[in-house]
Amino acid sequence: MELNKDLVAASATPLVLAILAEGESYGYAIIKRVAELSGGHWQWTDGMLYPVLHRLERQGFVEATWVTSETGRKRKYYRITADGRAQLDAQRQQWQVVDETLRGVWMKVCPA
Amino acid sequence: MTPFADQPLEEQIAQWRGHLRRQPGVRVADVEELEGHLRDQLAELKANGLAGDEAFLVAVKRMGSLDALSREFARAHSERLWKQLVLDSLSDGPAAVSNTETFAVLGFAVAAAMAVQLPGLFGVHLSPNDELPLFYRRNACLLVLPLLALYFLWKRGAAVGSSLWLAVPFAAGAVFANVFPFPVGSQTQVLTALHLPIALWLAVGFAYTRNRWFTDGPWMDFVRFSGELAIYYVLIALGGGVFTAFTMMMFKAIDLDAAWFVFGFMVPCGAAGAVIVGAWLVEAKQSVIENMAPVLTKLFTPLFTLLLLGFLATMAWTGQPMNVKRELLIGFDLLLVLVMGLVLYAASARDPEAPPDFFDALQLLLVGSALLVDGVALAAIAGRISEFGLTPNRVAALGENLVLLVNLAGSAWLYARFLRGRGSFGSLERWLVAYLPVHAGWAALVVMAFPPLFGYR
Repeated sequence: MELNKDLVAASATPLVLAILAEGESYGYAIIKRVAELSGGHWQWTDGMLYPVLHRLERQGFVEATWVTSETGRKRKYYRITADGRAQLDAQRQQWQVVDETLRGVWMKVCPA
Repeated sequence: MTPFADQPLEEQIAQWRGHLRRQPGVRVADVEELEGHLRDQLAELKANGLAGDEAFLVAVKRMGSLDALSREFARAHSERLWKQLVLDSLSDGPAAVSNTETFAVLGFAVAAAMAVQLPGLFGVHLSPNDELPLFYRRNACLLVLPLLALYFLWKRGAAVGSSLWLAVPFAAGAVFANVFPFPVGSQTQVLTALHLPIALWLAVGFAYTRNRWFTDGPWMDFVRFSGELAIYYVLIALGGGVFTAFTMMMFKAIDLDAAWFVFGFMVPCGAAGAVIVGAWLVEAKQSVIENMAPVLTKLFTPLFTLLLLGFLATMAWTGQPMNVKRELLIGFDLLLVLVMGLVLYAASARDPEAPPDFFDALQLLLVGSALLVDGVALAAIAGRISEFGLTPNRVAALGENLVLLVNLAGSAWLYARFLRGRGSFGSLERWLVAYLPVHAGWAALVVMAFPPLFGYR
């Protein structure tokens, strides 16, 4: 099953923030985590994660630092900020409303 | 250094990196970040048994098409595209100004020019011998700015229904500019003429930003646009001045006085049309002036900082008290407006992700010294405001001063935090943008409440 593009776009922010709330991370690891969490249903073109991260950084929801690994490669690590946590909370509540609403009506329409 | 010793793969990566680097809106640091991702992916795929070039194909495919990627980066960093004209025409290469657009702009400009002549039909004429009728002073912006807003709504392809509310501020402006019974020589009437454009400029901003609320991106672009438009307008006005001088001179050569035509039609219509044409030029040729406006800011920020510091030092050294004259308050208002302009402009032309540098420190120094000088002036004025009496002009000037003071103080605070690494430049941008409606609100208050409050005097 492939997720609708708009749905992916809308849920990218809370998803990324939630993953960063688990601990600081970098792009590739975040993508792996998303795949793991969604059981492989979340098909993201990998590159698309980075504009999302940059936007979050700009909005002050995450902070980034460049870290040089022992192999000499540089990696940009992202960490959630206090603002980011507040935003995550707000988004979670919104998603809960969406979820409950849909659930309520679906129970009636397709009880399977 | 790299775990990939195989030469062809390195070449392929280098080629991919080169393609990525050429995408608009993608910076070196982004390329590095994406390349890191690609290499992580390659390492994993190879560990799963894929050969080098197979792994490369899969990894690149997963990364997504460069065009789509570049578009997403451009969306996240709209300021980077400012110089490249690609925001709306990303798919069809460097934007060429289309014919429809040229005709539409000409149409709007001609409409603005005709709008200025509209009052003539009702007997309010412009004449070179009389002073500018006060009707024009109060209503000039109402004749031109709605067309500018319409131009943006058209250009952005805004939906008619959701933009209809924009008629409200303009209609309200028209009502408040004309219902009050201003007597001759009324101060509040002049205040209305000065403040109405400021209030309505916010409505133009809504058209520019496609009715977006005050999120930083598009409104910071609008601030940038306003600054660029001012520069273009001055340039056009200079050209217009030369054109006017030649018109007069040439008709004089055949003993005809063209003044009635030049000052009754050519100059007012040209001034109105130039607003639209200037706006279009800013939109279409962003890259041309891009190199100039930041240079102006960079040039004058240190000069004004020096002036303010020198002034403070001299005042402290000589102990010379400030000579409180009536015009002083307005003079300092203008000073704060200028400093505010420099701050807004520097902020809008800055790369928000760059770390603090020397120029940011200089900006803080400029704002700090302006606040200090203004504080001294306010203290001097406060002592004697009762002596002068509270005329509408003085209350308006004082209010504007306080509005600017709060804005600058907030900016100074956020600049200081940013310089000490405690806050991001984004929070300063957000503060500047969030404060824009306060300026417009104060202007609207002056237009709506001052005339009745002061008995129209």
